[in-house]
Amino acid sequence: MKKTYILEDLDCAHCAAEIEKAVGRLEGVSSSRMTFLTQKLVVEVEDARADSITKEIKKIVKKLEPDVEVTEK
Amino acid sequence: MSKKLVKRIRRVSAGAVVYLAAVLLSLFFPYSEARAVSLELLVYLAAYFIIGGDVVRNAVKNLGNRRILDENFLMMTATAGAFLVGEYQEAVAVMLFYQVGECFQSYAVNRSRKSISDLMDIRPDYACVVREGETQAVDPEEVAVGETILVKPGERIPLDGVVIRGRSSLDTMALTGESLPRDVAEGEDVVSGCVSLSGVLEIRTTKKYEESTVARILDLVENAGSKKSEAEHFITRFSRYYTPIVVACAVLLALLPPLLLGGGWTEWVYRALSFLVISCPCALVISIPLSFFGGLGGAGKEGILVKGSNYLEALAATEVVVMDKTGTLTQGTFKVMGVFPRKEGVTEEELLRTAAYAESCSNHPISGSLLAAYGKEIDGSRLQEAEEAAGEGVCATLDGKQVYVGNDKLMKRLGLAPADAEEAGTIVHVGRGKEYLGYILIADEIKSDAKAAVEALKAGGIKKIVMLTGDRREAAEQVAEGLGISQVYAGLMPGDKVERVEQLLAERSPGGKLVFVGDGMNDAPVLARADIGIAMGGLGSDAAIEAADVVIMTDEPSKIMKAVRISKRTLAIVKQNIVFAIGIKVLVLLLAALGAASMWAAVFADVGVAVIAILNAMRAMRGSRE
Repeated sequence: MKKTYILEDLDCAHCAAEIEKAVGRLEGVSSSRMTFLTQKLVVEVEDARADSITKEIKKIVKKLEPDVEVTEK
Repeated sequence: MSKKLVKRIRRVSAGAVVYLAAVLLSLFFPYSEARAVSLELLVYLAAYFIIGGDVVRNAVKNLGNRRILDENFLMMTATAGAFLVGEYQEAVAVMLFYQVGECFQSYAVNRSRKSISDLMDIRPDYACVVREGETQAVDPEEVAVGETILVKPGERIPLDGVVIRGRSSLDTMALTGESLPRDVAEGEDVVSGCVSLSGVLEIRTTKKYEESTVARILDLVENAGSKKSEAEHFITRFSRYYTPIVVACAVLLALLPPLLLGGGWTEWVYRALSFLVISCPCALVISIPLSFFGGLGGAGKEGILVKGSNYLEALAATEVVVMDKTGTLTQGTFKVMGVFPRKEGVTEEELLRTAAYAESCSNHPISGSLLAAYGKEIDGSRLQEAEEAAGEGVCATLDGKQVYVGNDKLMKRLGLAPADAEEAGTIVHVGRGKEYLGYILIADEIKSDAKAAVEALKAGGIKKIVMLTGDRREAAEQVAEGLGISQVYAGLMPGDKVERVEQLLAERSPGGKLVFVGDGMNDAPVLARADIGIAMGGLGSDAAIEAADVVIMTDEPSKIMKAVRISKRTLAIVKQNIVFAIGIKVLVLLLAALGAASMWAAVFADVGVAVIAILNAMRAMRGSRE
């Protein structure tokens, strides 16, 4: 299923790319697309992992860009 | 401005004050053996941590995550190094300017984000739905197909639908760039995203929110950034190598010369530190996608939706423009252009009335144009019988008399002598009983800006302009001649169009792009085959939005050249930024290696260049100037 997240206050283009890469490597994620300019992260994830994935994404963002706030849309 | 940014600015300003104090301190109390040097160092260190505390914190954390080529870490290393070689003042200054630049960069990115999202400000916040006699405001996504919604003046239509009560004029500016309002009344289709200006409209929804025009456009625009251009791929590849190479050079610069030439450690380490300051490719990483995004936004403002940066980039290399005739260069609706009675005593009105009545039961496009030209109610009781003669016309009984409306073949079969019409277009002959009454000329109208559009394409350096049509040769050539198009292929079936386009694709020069423009109705295979497929009149036509790479929301062919111009402008800005950013960085790297550039120059080459590149990128948003 497709999930969309808003990464508020993300103002480093390089970090955006890193977040996209790291999320893409998570188990059960088949595609991860981060658009820096709209601060939007779109993830295609297996249904079974749909609930647990949000927590893992937040963890990744916390590690790479601690000031960014993640909200699911 | 975001809260985070305000906080950062406050902290950096406070640090700047402390830094100033430190500078004054060292100015008025010059270094002396007696007094502890550490006082001066202490104040500088305080300023340093107030200004760059977050950088140091992030750097240390990244070190834990083994990310040593991170911007924060490199900046910390450079400034810490400057402290070690005794350049306190410069160490703090570099951090200060780095932070000022970062704040500015963050501000500029936020602003451009905002102005781009303002361009796309067509998302409806709510829908006033009528349920069980009561009006309630709900999320547009919760409205089902077939429900009734209410739109008051000043409100945005939230879902596609059909007007069941009321009339109003609609502002379609946000969708099409068209400034003239469009009038709608009962029974007419309306698309979401338009703003109702004058009256209250009651609308029955025909689509769910996700399938409504506004949602599709937003989806398209927001995802446009994910189809990356060649230039963006280049930057990704470039930045992958740039930072490691510069850092490696810095290490070599710090170690090799002193080891080979002997001594001078401080000097060489200082030069190497400047390298670290310039090692981030930020200016390019941010400004290039921003330029494309701005270009996409600027095009959107003109009613031109480009589905990806790659298409925006390709448009600039347009060499061949192939256009479909009907619906692209012409209105695609047939219109009565002239009524020619050929019998004594028969008026134009009578001729038109006879034709309109006879054709009133037919669903052929011709009958629609006859009825529109007649413009009065059809009194069905006067028409007794109407029968279609396939491929010929209609035979009917009107007011008790036999009437015939149709082409040459029909007239000749019935033994009537039709006049020879010289005009180009479709000729509809009218006969009654044993008499020939005259004929009506119906033709497709050329769009008002079609000629200007072709001229603009020629002036804009498009090498070849071709018109394709399924229409017959005479009609096609007349249109082409009027517009100044010399290459015409007429009488084509949809399959032939693909063949023609393939032939033209083979003839284009390497690197040149072929653009096909059609109205999207049955051009899907050709739109897909061309380098860039442009669909006209995207409002409401789902097929067009699906098949094309670029959608022109208005019906104006003049937007084709506008799209090419916006593309060229965006690419020019991208090139400027690439050359400027890489040029300055390489120059400062060389000067720093030779000892001719201080760390100050290095900071400029890093954040200064980034800010200038971002400001330049924002110009792409302004669309094309005529």
